[in-house]
Amino acid sequence: MSWLLPLPVVIPLLAGALNTVLDHVAPKWMHHAVTLGAMATALGFSIVILIQSMSSETLHWFGGWTPRSGVALGIAFAADPLGAGAAVFTCALTLVALVYSVTFIEGEQRKYDVLMSAVCAAVCGFALSADIFNLFVWLELVGVAGYALTGFDVRRVRALQGALNFSIVNSVGGYFVLTGIGLLYARTGALDLAQIGRTLAGQHANGVVIVAMALIVSGFLCKAAVVPFHFWLADAYAVAPAPVCLVLAGILTDIGIFGIARVWFTVFDAPFGTHQRLVGDTLLWLGICTALLGGVMALLQSNVKRLLAYSVICHIGIILAGVALLSSKGVAGAATMVLAHGFLTGGLFLACGILVVRRAPRWLAGLWFAGTLALIGPPYIGIYLGHALIDDAAAEAGRHWPQPLLWLAGALAGAALLRAGVEVFWRGEHDDVGLEEPREARVGVLVACTALLLVAGAVTSLVPGLGQRAHYGADRFRARAEYADRVLHDRPMKTTPHLPVVLQPTSAESLAYASGATLLAVLVALLSLWRPRLARRSVLRPAVAGLRAVHSGVIGDYVTWMVVGTAVIGGVWAIGLR
Amino acid sequence: MSVLPYLVAAWICLVGLYGIVTSRHLVHLALCLTITQSSTYVLLLAIGYVKGGGPPIFKGVKLGTTAVDPVVQALTLTDIVVSVAVLALILALALDVHERAGTMDPDEIAELKG
Repeated sequence: MSWLLPLPVVIPLLAGALNTVLDHVAPKWMHHAVTLGAMATALGFSIVILIQSMSSETLHWFGGWTPRSGVALGIAFAADPLGAGAAVFTCALTLVALVYSVTFIEGEQRKYDVLMSAVCAAVCGFALSADIFNLFVWLELVGVAGYALTGFDVRRVRALQGALNFSIVNSVGGYFVLTGIGLLYARTGALDLAQIGRTLAGQHANGVVIVAMALIVSGFLCKAAVVPFHFWLADAYAVAPAPVCLVLAGILTDIGIFGIARVWFTVFDAPFGTHQRLVGDTLLWLGICTALLGGVMALLQSNVKRLLAYSVICHIGIILAGVALLSSKGVAGAATMVLAHGFLTGGLFLACGILVVRRAPRWLAGLWFAGTLALIGPPYIGIYLGHALIDDAAAEAGRHWPQPLLWLAGALAGAALLRAGVEVFWRGEHDDVGLEEPREARVGVLVACTALLLVAGAVTSLVPGLGQRAHYGADRFRARAEYADRVLHDRPMKTTPHLPVVLQPTSAESLAYASGATLLAVLVALLSLWRPRLARRSVLRPAVAGLRAVHSGVIGDYVTWMVVGTAVIGGVWAIGLR
Repeated sequence: MSVLPYLVAAWICLVGLYGIVTSRHLVHLALCLTITQSSTYVLLLAIGYVKGGGPPIFKGVKLGTTAVDPVVQALTLTDIVVSVAVLALILALALDVHERAGTMDPDEIAELKG
């Protein structure tokens, strides 16, 4: 059933095209019916693809250009469980965002829907693509639609600033990726991931490959908003409309990490497999720094949406750390965490949207605090399972220092969110909530979408069998040789092991860390409510001022940081990987 | 194969990045971004160049004639399309900034910080 594979990409794109044609001709309800219907259909097909992919990689060669004697000239989609899972997740989140937008978005709603469909299609294409140049093209399509959606409210200069920072930094990142792809093509003469990996496996890794890897990884780190490439994210997410933030935070940031994992496990694992530790440690340190910086910056914010944006940065750091351990458990933890984090952060962003419509209703406080707690991850709630798997992976790799640092970072971000909840719902003192103008909307629909996401996120860790399936998916994701056999020679996969449907057991260490982090978050939140000016008066003042000054909002500074970051990563690898 | 085109590509990329970093005008900034991108065109075409190769059009040409790599040319075309879309969007945003804020200096519109 390989013809199914392109459908999650094709259907939203067709719906977008149809809506553009029908603009000003068809009534509004028909336009909503087309968009929502297409998204629901795409969701259905992507679920079928996910179920199929559990037993074997489904392949689709466009135009029937199948490989001949192991040489691929055509372009393929290949669905592995994690890729197909990403497509399902994308379609689901976009569907919820679009339902929310029906009543929330004012003005140019048709164009808005077309852009959202394009984002969904492009992310699905990114998740399923088996061709490195297509990864770049989908990434740019996601980007262009994302920039336009961020600056959707063109009446506000801040929205324009956010969109400009987002677009320029990410475009430069995209060019880095493209340059890396060009160098890889020069070295291997191939664009198919499996083919590149196989060619490089037989060669000694030279400078060209190292530079290519540094450029590609830096470009993806830019999309993922990892330190020091993260500056654009807070500017963009603070100004985008709430349902756009759901899609941006839930999916767009994560695909950067997905891209790194994809190219590492299919391409660079072969030439650099013996240097795994250096590459992994570089990414691990970047992840930990990102998580800690995100947590600290979240505590310093006075605007709810910008605070949430820094909390996204914090969790992206934790997810990157999971992938950086380069083991199945780490990747499984990262994948599970993407799921829970996308639901929860998305739900909190939607709650910010409700604040725009109604001024701080008390009943929303319950949802806010529940979502925030789940985002900290007390045992078996919210992001806990993913985080615990990452802990296990770190322990298996013989490392015991990343766990406390990552839990600490999460607790700081959580504390900031708890404090913001009290300030918004009880004291009503958060200035300029969400930076948007008040408007009319049907609150019932908004609350239903928000509650749906927050509940889904909170119970993710309790889904029986999820951890085991994520682990199996990660095993498949990492198996380079089998992947190449399957893609290039169409060999059948080994049979699927029987996966139990039980709760994933976690270590006592994780249980302790999770409880400790929850307690710490509550304590820090109370402290910052009791002494709000503590950070500005104490010995911390120069550090705080320095951090604020670095996040200057100026594009030139951001691009400088990017170039320096890329140069440092490239330099470290050039010295260490020879 | 000469190393010159690769040096040119690196030079164009660095010049473009320098322009972005120091830019005080949004239109200038958008053009610098395009310059950075054009380094990828040079790089891709240099990768596909074959000494003595003709254009990769094989109709009416003797079998075995040397031609440059058509794949990188296709990549370059795709790249140009992407770049035009991004450039158009950034210029549109710049126009809106000029209308709302009355300035084109990216440093002056930095309302969000810290």
